[in-house]
Amino acid sequence: MLSSESLALIDLEIAKYPAEQKQSAVMGALRIAQTEKGWLKSEVIEFVAAYLDMPAIAAYEVATFYNMYDTQSVGRNKITLCTNLPCALMGANEIAEHLKKKLGIGFGETTADGRYTLKEGECMGACGDAPMCLHNNHCMHTRLTPEKIDELLERLK
Amino acid sequence: MATLNIEIDGRAIQVESGDTIMDAANQAGITIPHFCYHKKLSIAANCRMCLVQVEKAPKPLPACATPVTDGMKVQTRSDYAVNAQKAVMEFLLINHPLDCPICDQGGECMLQDMAVGYGASSSRYQEEKRVVSEKNLGPLISTDMTRCIHCSRCVRFGQEIAGVMELGMAGRGEHTEVMPFLAHQVASELSGNIIDLCPVGALTSKPFRYSARAWELGRRFSISPHDSLGSNLTVHVKDNKVMRVLPRENEDVNECWLADRDRFSYEGLNTAERLTQPMIKQGGQWVEATWQAALEFVADKLKTIPAEQIGALSTPYRPAEELFLLQKLMRGMGSGNVDHRLRQSDFTLDTKAHGGFWLGMPVTYMSRLNRMLVVGSNLRKDHPLMAHRIRESVRWYGQLNLINAHEDEFLGKVHAKRIVAPSQLATALAGVCVALAEMKNLPVPDIAAHGIADDTARKMAESLSGGGPGATGGEARAVFLGNMAQHHPCYSRIHALAQAVAKLAGASFGVLGEAANSVGAVAVGAIPVCGPLGQPAVKGLNAQQMLAQPLRAYLMLGVEAELDTHDPVTAMKSINAAEFVVVMSPYKGKSLDYADVLLPIAPWTETSGTFVNTEGRVQSFNAVVKPLGETRPAWKVLRVLGNLLGLAGFDHNDSKDVLRDALGDTPIGNVQAYLNNEISGVTAVPEQAWSGLERVAEVPIYQTDAVVRRSPSLQLTLDAALPVARMHSRLIARLGLQENGRVSVRQTASALTLKVQRDDLLPDNCVRIPSGHPLTAGLGPMFGPITAEPV
Amino acid sequence: MSLLAPSVKVCSWTRELDNPAALATYVAHGGYQALRRIISENVPGDDIIAQLKLSALRGRGGAGFPTGLKWSFMPRAFPGDKYIVCNSDEGEPGTFKDRDIMRYNPHQLIEGMAIAGYVLGAKVGYNYIHGEIFDVYESFERALAEARAAGYLGDKLFGTDFSFQLHAHHGYGAYICGEETALLESLEGKKGQPRFKPPFPASFGLYGKPTTINNTETLASVPWIMQHGGQAFLELGKPNNGGSKLFSVSGHVNKPGNYEVPLGTPFSELLAMAGGVRNGHKLKAVIPGGSSAPVLPGHVMMDCTMDFDCVAKAGSMLGSGAVIVMDETVCMVRALERLSYFYHEESCGQCTPCREGTGWMYRMIHRIEHGQGRPDDLELLNSVAGKIGGYTICALGDAAAMPVQSFLKHFGDEFAYHVEHKRCMV
Repeated sequence: MLSSESLALIDLEIAKYPAEQKQSAVMGALRIAQTEKGWLKSEVIEFVAAYLDMPAIAAYEVATFYNMYDTQSVGRNKITLCTNLPCALMGANEIAEHLKKKLGIGFGETTADGRYTLKEGECMGACGDAPMCLHNNHCMHTRLTPEKIDELLERLK
Repeated sequence: MATLNIEIDGRAIQVESGDTIMDAANQAGITIPHFCYHKKLSIAANCRMCLVQVEKAPKPLPACATPVTDGMKVQTRSDYAVNAQKAVMEFLLINHPLDCPICDQGGECMLQDMAVGYGASSSRYQEEKRVVSEKNLGPLISTDMTRCIHCSRCVRFGQEIAGVMELGMAGRGEHTEVMPFLAHQVASELSGNIIDLCPVGALTSKPFRYSARAWELGRRFSISPHDSLGSNLTVHVKDNKVMRVLPRENEDVNECWLADRDRFSYEGLNTAERLTQPMIKQGGQWVEATWQAALEFVADKLKTIPAEQIGALSTPYRPAEELFLLQKLMRGMGSGNVDHRLRQSDFTLDTKAHGGFWLGMPVTYMSRLNRMLVVGSNLRKDHPLMAHRIRESVRWYGQLNLINAHEDEFLGKVHAKRIVAPSQLATALAGVCVALAEMKNLPVPDIAAHGIADDTARKMAESLSGGGPGATGGEARAVFLGNMAQHHPCYSRIHALAQAVAKLAGASFGVLGEAANSVGAVAVGAIPVCGPLGQPAVKGLNAQQMLAQPLRAYLMLGVEAELDTHDPVTAMKSINAAEFVVVMSPYKGKSLDYADVLLPIAPWTETSGTFVNTEGRVQSFNAVVKPLGETRPAWKVLRVLGNLLGLAGFDHNDSKDVLRDALGDTPIGNVQAYLNNEISGVTAVPEQAWSGLERVAEVPIYQTDAVVRRSPSLQLTLDAALPVARMHSRLIARLGLQENGRVSVRQTASALTLKVQRDDLLPDNCVRIPSGHPLTAGLGPMFGPITAEPV
Repeated sequence: MSLLAPSVKVCSWTRELDNPAALATYVAHGGYQALRRIISENVPGDDIIAQLKLSALRGRGGAGFPTGLKWSFMPRAFPGDKYIVCNSDEGEPGTFKDRDIMRYNPHQLIEGMAIAGYVLGAKVGYNYIHGEIFDVYESFERALAEARAAGYLGDKLFGTDFSFQLHAHHGYGAYICGEETALLESLEGKKGQPRFKPPFPASFGLYGKPTTINNTETLASVPWIMQHGGQAFLELGKPNNGGSKLFSVSGHVNKPGNYEVPLGTPFSELLAMAGGVRNGHKLKAVIPGGSSAPVLPGHVMMDCTMDFDCVAKAGSMLGSGAVIVMDETVCMVRALERLSYFYHEESCGQCTPCREGTGWMYRMIHRIEHGQGRPDDLELLNSVAGKIGGYTICALGDAAAMPVQSFLKHFGDEFAYHVEHKRCMV
């Protein structure tokens, strides 16, 4: 189900916790699985749960509770834009409009070519660099302007 | 425990330290509104309905989760408290559909009841309401998830009581939804309890759905006729029909729970297959008859056959009064040919026992055992709520050891296990015996002379003797024998070995009763070796002997011989060869093919009677509805038959009379005094080993008796799936079979083609095929050699 | 700048250095000396706790609980496993200080946690890092690897019997995990739903074991205090408000960012450090302690000093020190709509009032913002907010209610105008 590289990474996560507390590694394991697979299909969640000796529904609870996990398919590039107050004060809504217009999709949607998914995010804890977005969960782009967005989209094409 | 003085609503109350405000209020009879709190589940404190005012606390506190402190002053009905409770009620209702008129929970809904006390007459919420999609939880539980108030009781039940987390709460915040993992059904054998736990109409009974209103139902007490726990029931009836079955709380027996088998089997009472008129076969045709004519016909015929050529067979699912009269009838005619142990195959102990076999302890003790060994048992499926009690023991750091021929998930931690072919069961047990003797420097008992102690045996021995890390020496220990052990061809040796293990370990020793009245049937003398309570009586043939060779006549009480016997092939051969077969049954079934007379007798809901559970608890019950059609209680039928046969002592006025006749004036005490698991005089015989394949057979949970077999909803569950042949992958490969492919299996009769299912937890020389199922009835005995080959 | 020279930059002194996050940089400037001394000299834990109490260090995560007191609650002699957990799940809108500590000074946090482990008898610690700053999680993992390799973490530190393992754990998008018991649940691999207290983490924490949880900045302050003493730290700030504090200034200022200043610094000075209100606009409102803190009108803030007591007296909370500045162009209805959406979206769903009430409030404010307000909406909104706060397991209920109540209190006119005229007055 998962590559040996991913399994090795998951094993590193498991090693952080006491032997009888493998479930603690579920957040890391789901993140690693999602990074490999793009999004968390139910089979992947089931596999991770079995790997960690936990009930599948408990892993599913985790996957649906934390909003950086995707239990529905997403485009190759998921752009999560924070629109919370500090970002909004610094123009996040204008960035949102620009992104929506440019990609032709709204929040929670994926472009027809499967290239981009746009998501509305909550506070990313970097408000001094507002406005900001995440590319595929792990790469933050800060102090966004429409021009920076254009550059970013060009690069991700 | 220190005693604390507190005050609730101005009343001085003394409570134990460690109690919560809710505990204290319950003791004092003060009701605090709540939803998520349940005395048997962990504390969630999430519904917030039980907020109360506590002096000096800066905000209202949840009564369910707040421990009492000395001098605490609590107000549950002050304006401050009620404002908080009303606020919570308002929030609970804003997204609730308020569809009470079409909700099955109406009339027994906690939300409805509490909304009367704490709700406003109209809603201030003017926004759009939430709608939640339905979830398919299988054939037993119906969902209306929009009504869910997120109390999480159902989720906690799975985690804490059923032992398996099948439901979770996915999502977050207002979007949180109770659901199973994707399309999985809820498969726990205890699943129906979440219907009772759900405080609203989100989870309701699927079979009962839309069939009646709570206030239209009469509520009658009864006892479940299935497993040997004897769960207490409240049977709900309407228009002389059983509409549903709910648990009646009895902390000493079923607590507030019910296994699905006990809860949903009632559907099997109302089927078209019910026999409602006496019938006589004349010239190959079934003709309806009056009771008078039918019973005279039976009596006349029986008079012409020598008593030793008549066999009386019943099952441990019938009430004690009937079983007593059946044996009395036979012995009155001069024969001891009576038995109810149709799935047993080793009757050696009939002459070695000193009383009736039983659990060896009260059921409640099973929740607090520290060291356990269970031999030959499909615990969860055979004894769902006793398995729950053992799980409770395990949760309290108890150690469970298992010796069995297959391994189904126990849903709790297993300390050590030994899975062996059935033929090696006694040897495995002997190994533990040897290990214990070595550990204690005691001589190895003769019965275990051939045993070999390996690491697993030593691990079990150490556990059972109360040793190991953290042991105090004061551990409560027990050894139990399950249904499979009792059906085993070497049952006498397994019993003797288990007894030896228990003695060496200082453990109590118990036999997990196979069925609702296994203890009662023996106590009333429905066995060929003695009469009621072990009194000397005419001896006769046991079930196996009666069926091994055809007798001239069979008298069958509630038996479906093709499904209820150890070896249906041999049994049916004999029955078919008999010249006269009388079937007393609530159902027509296959007996239409082989009976000569059919007599409609009442299922447990239509007669009074008594079941004696596995701990020796004598529980009597009354009929909850009138008998269907011309159906009659079997004790009355047998009484009249006794009269027609001119036998003495068949003049009982009611079933209480019969019980008194059977067990004396103090039935409970008399039964208790009669119970004894001690046996003596069983000698060791080297175990027969064969190189071929062995059959492993269990009776599936929803095939145990005639009623459950006919419950449509239970038959739709995953536990009632069609039988397959389960084998280890090594065996599948060795035989050239394919996983999920087909295999031809054969025992003593015709071959049968089954689907192959991989089960790597089985010994690799075993084929596991359930018995008690119409599909597999033609194979042969529950144990012994079997061949398997590609189709 | 150095850890050896006492300055107001308790946590941010590395910022101006080359390679600020590198172990070598930290060690070259006095890093890990306190840890080495404490462990090698076997300094009694009670002495360390006494210094913390003297320092008046109060929790930097938002609640402001005295750290020395918190540490004293831990059953340090309890024989079994115990844990120290760092709360770096910084997701309160406006807060971004812990991110900079981990980015520019991770070893001071590691040293602080190791000292905590020593004092509290914890052999294992976890740092729970906000999922959205994943690059920081990764860089912190690298810092941990450096510290392990150099012998500052691991078995038998400095040749003594003291061992301490430290691991990073990331969140993945749930604000609620900033609540300490939700964080523990999350660390156990479950949904982050707060636990009812009591029992408190000090007796029943991670895996049911005694656990102390502190904020990143709190723990990172510990080596400084060990180096210079509690008295020196106290003197940086003011009585009952010891030390400096990182203030995250965001919103309508010319130079948003983190500013570490002594507690008690006037707000006007902090605003000036952040370059003043952007483009010469007028200051309208300030949320002084993260989005959950009640909003205050600009003129009230201009009379305030930045410390726990003064801000509380003004009717808000210093919280995590996240200062969100809003100028005159801001529509307060729209601002509150976004915050209400946040609390609605981030409610864990456990407690009825928060699960149901946050959605109710958001929908009403959304309606008002979109010109569909009704005359009795504002009264109802206040009433609903009043039925959430104080009725839930964790403080998120209060956190969701306070913005609504304070926006209505100070900017009620704007809301009334929206309801009446179906449009904004700004």
